[in-house]
Amino acid sequence: MELQHVRVKLFVDGELDVDLEKVMETFHGWVANQSLPELLIDVVDYRHVPHGPSVMLIGHEADYGLDNTDGRYGLIYNRKSALDGTNDDRLAQAIRSAAKVCTLLEVEFPSLKFSLREFEFTINDRAIAPNNAETKAACEPIITAFVQGRLGVASSNSNYDRDPRSTFGATISLESDLDWAALAAQ
Amino acid sequence: MKASNPLWKERLASQVPEHLAVEIDTFETEIELRSQDKIDEKVFAETRLRRGVYGQRYDNGQRSDGNESKTLAFADKVTKGPHTFWDAPGMQRIKIPFGGLNPEQLEVLADLAEEYSDGIAHVTTRQDIQLHFIHIEDTPALMRRLAAVNITTREACGNSVRNVTGCPYMGVCQDEAFDATPYARALTAFLLGHPDAQNFGRKFKPSFSGCSQHACGLAQMHDLGLTAVIREVDGVEQRGFKVVVGGGLGAVPRQAKVLDEFMAPEEMLPTAQAIARLFGRHGEKKIRSRARLKFLIEKWGMDKFKEEVLAERAKLPEDPRWTDLIADIEADEEQPRNPPGEMPQLNGNVQMNHWIRTNLRDQRQDGYVTATIALPLGDLTPNQLRSVADIAREFTNGTVRATVEQNLVLRWISKSDVPAVFQALDAAGLGEPGACSVSDIVACPGTDTCKLGISSSRGLAAELRNRLAIKGVQLDQAIQDLHIKISGCFNSCGQHHVADIGFYGVSRTMQGYKVPHFQVVLGGQWEENAGSYGLPVVAIPSKRVPEALDRITDFYLRSRESNERFPKFIKRIGKVRVRELLDDLTKDAPEHDADPTFYADWADPRQYSIGDIGKGECAGEVVTQYEFEMTAAERLVFEAQVQLDEDDAAAAGQTGYKAMIKAAKALVLIQYDDVTEDDPDEVVEEFKERYYDTEYFFDPFAGAKFADYLFAAHESPNDASTPDSARTRIEEAQLFIEAVHTCYNKIRTVGLKLNV
Repeated sequence: MELQHVRVKLFVDGELDVDLEKVMETFHGWVANQSLPELLIDVVDYRHVPHGPSVMLIGHEADYGLDNTDGRYGLIYNRKSALDGTNDDRLAQAIRSAAKVCTLLEVEFPSLKFSLREFEFTINDRAIAPNNAETKAACEPIITAFVQGRLGVASSNSNYDRDPRSTFGATISLESDLDWAALAAQ
Repeated sequence: MKASNPLWKERLASQVPEHLAVEIDTFETEIELRSQDKIDEKVFAETRLRRGVYGQRYDNGQRSDGNESKTLAFADKVTKGPHTFWDAPGMQRIKIPFGGLNPEQLEVLADLAEEYSDGIAHVTTRQDIQLHFIHIEDTPALMRRLAAVNITTREACGNSVRNVTGCPYMGVCQDEAFDATPYARALTAFLLGHPDAQNFGRKFKPSFSGCSQHACGLAQMHDLGLTAVIREVDGVEQRGFKVVVGGGLGAVPRQAKVLDEFMAPEEMLPTAQAIARLFGRHGEKKIRSRARLKFLIEKWGMDKFKEEVLAERAKLPEDPRWTDLIADIEADEEQPRNPPGEMPQLNGNVQMNHWIRTNLRDQRQDGYVTATIALPLGDLTPNQLRSVADIAREFTNGTVRATVEQNLVLRWISKSDVPAVFQALDAAGLGEPGACSVSDIVACPGTDTCKLGISSSRGLAAELRNRLAIKGVQLDQAIQDLHIKISGCFNSCGQHHVADIGFYGVSRTMQGYKVPHFQVVLGGQWEENAGSYGLPVVAIPSKRVPEALDRITDFYLRSRESNERFPKFIKRIGKVRVRELLDDLTKDAPEHDADPTFYADWADPRQYSIGDIGKGECAGEVVTQYEFEMTAAERLVFEAQVQLDEDDAAAAGQTGYKAMIKAAKALVLIQYDDVTEDDPDEVVEEFKERYYDTEYFFDPFAGAKFADYLFAAHESPNDASTPDSARTRIEEAQLFIEAVHTCYNKIRTVGLKLNV
């Protein structure tokens, strides 16, 4: 199974304590200066949608956002363009991209902290990874190996329970802190 | 581009109807050919538009950062159309005939919003669904997934028959003559891809209503509006339609005119076909701004148009679909899932009680209600779409409709299920009360994603929503009953003409900087299928619009007579008084450095600009002279409105003409000091030579349209002497003034060679 279009969400630690208008301003600055590896195109405001994407930074290869789906804020990285390499490479690329933006936002907004113990990944493509038992059976070893290998966390708990209609994915709880900053710097 | 795109064709082969499969295959081939530069870009642009694949802001690769325009480094590939980068994301419009959706379709829309878009599905003012930031290579897969649940995007945009809209309460409304849903379905099927509907100069919009007194179908503002009526002949009831034609909003709004007070159902399809043939054959093709049906009717007059329709109808070769598509139509009725019930006693849940009061509506079938899901700005998430699908399955037979007020309506809710439905909606974040009230503001995409947007209609709508929601139930009922609609420009996709209080985006210069503004439009009527249109009163800086709204509504509460409705109140009070009320809001902009937020739009912190316009370098005194003249021109337009309100149409028409001359003179003065409005011939001649012949005045989308208004008025200044023609003159004068502002900004920014 070739995992493409990886979407990760790094959760905000505790309650969101940041002015989202200011986050939009930061995103606009990033578009103006093309501050991230992807071609950045626009900033979108969905703050009016309950439990929605909140504020988003639209790119060509990927989107970023301070997402509030399910009432939990987190930084999302949603890879739209396909990538070469291994599954491990693609998962790492998504996590690294998200972590990089988390560290940038933490510097810009000192009250904003991201959880070091939990993240969510999704394969945002139902044709590649339908949300069913076969996909889980194929993916679980890949994810476990990734967490232990690339992320260097020996023990983790993965929760794959989702609405069957959702995209395939899991919430990963780690038993030791991750160093997002180090990951972002890779 | 999705790696999975090739997989869907095979996987859905058995589920996609053959005719849709062929169409999508063809489009996929056309994409491939265009990518190899084997199809002309203009041809391809219209091709994709007719599949609902639309452009989006910044797709020309330019984006302002507030100070200057910067290039977005899209890959150097072929274009998708003139000035449209291949890789630039676009919008996919998805036609939903009469807004009818079932749970399976809702679920597929959720999947598509999640996988291809930015995680939001948007309900439009014409009951379509739009997804944004879509890559063109993904569109065939997306279309196949839609086709598998019987949705086509064909003719969602382009010069075609657009979505057939309809009142979302058709079939359950207490006031309707009969359920027009099956007829809307028949007309959709008949006109989709019809050979006689492929040669239009522009779009053609049909709509159905079940009654004439409510607004839900908006028949009066459509190219073809059909309202269900019943007549009795020899004691026998006969179904039919009142048919109106040539309505429309846009820059030049028109009320539709009656083609037939009673048309038998079996004549509906052939008549629509005859109109399509006439529109294709005789409608304007070159001047796009004159290419809607309303202009053909205006040119011919209604009597000739009727004669031509009848003659064309008589010549049509017989088509069995005229009757096949409406055979057994009376048996085509929605059924409930659950038995009828009684409304439970209201409990202490304040939000639910409020929701019951504002979002529920009794059906004509005893024991059932409809429930409106108020969507903020028409947006909802994939999870919410799935929740609506679940609720529709559990409590109804899967009967959901999108509305022109950018909401969803659940039909056939048993009254005894109401608390459970509310709880399920509320759990999904969809339990907001106040549907169709003052806080349920309609807004087009505006500067968020639309290439034509001038001001942030959605940003303003969100701000007003928040403020009105805080006031909530404390608002007087007279205020809660108002409708607010906002468009990002004069094109009226937000339907600002038919609101109690409408706004449309314009720009002005203050303190030497561009400032986003909104024209306040008053006097429109939402009821009676959009029975009358409002007119602009005054342009207010965006950040002062909330204050303007407070003043208008407070004034209304203080000064209305007993139960006087808002449109009548405005008519009685007069626009002069309203303008006086708001006048100070148009002046005294803060220094830029003291309050830079005044120079930014709502929900967009960048310094405001249009087309990358920043602070210009034009000489101050010229600006002063220009602004003086333009202020006078705007004043004249306003005076013309007052004259019209006072039933002096001839004077109004004359004053509207003078306003145009004044505005034209303002532009001429930039180059030629000696021009005088005492000699309108000279003003027009100088204007033509300096700005028309050079095309400096041309709008990038509308071309010479606005200049043509001036020339036509100058040719026959006394022609606008009836109420209708004077009104048109005033509207055209206002648009001409806006175009002068645009031209002036272009001159200041781009530094055109002015001397001819």
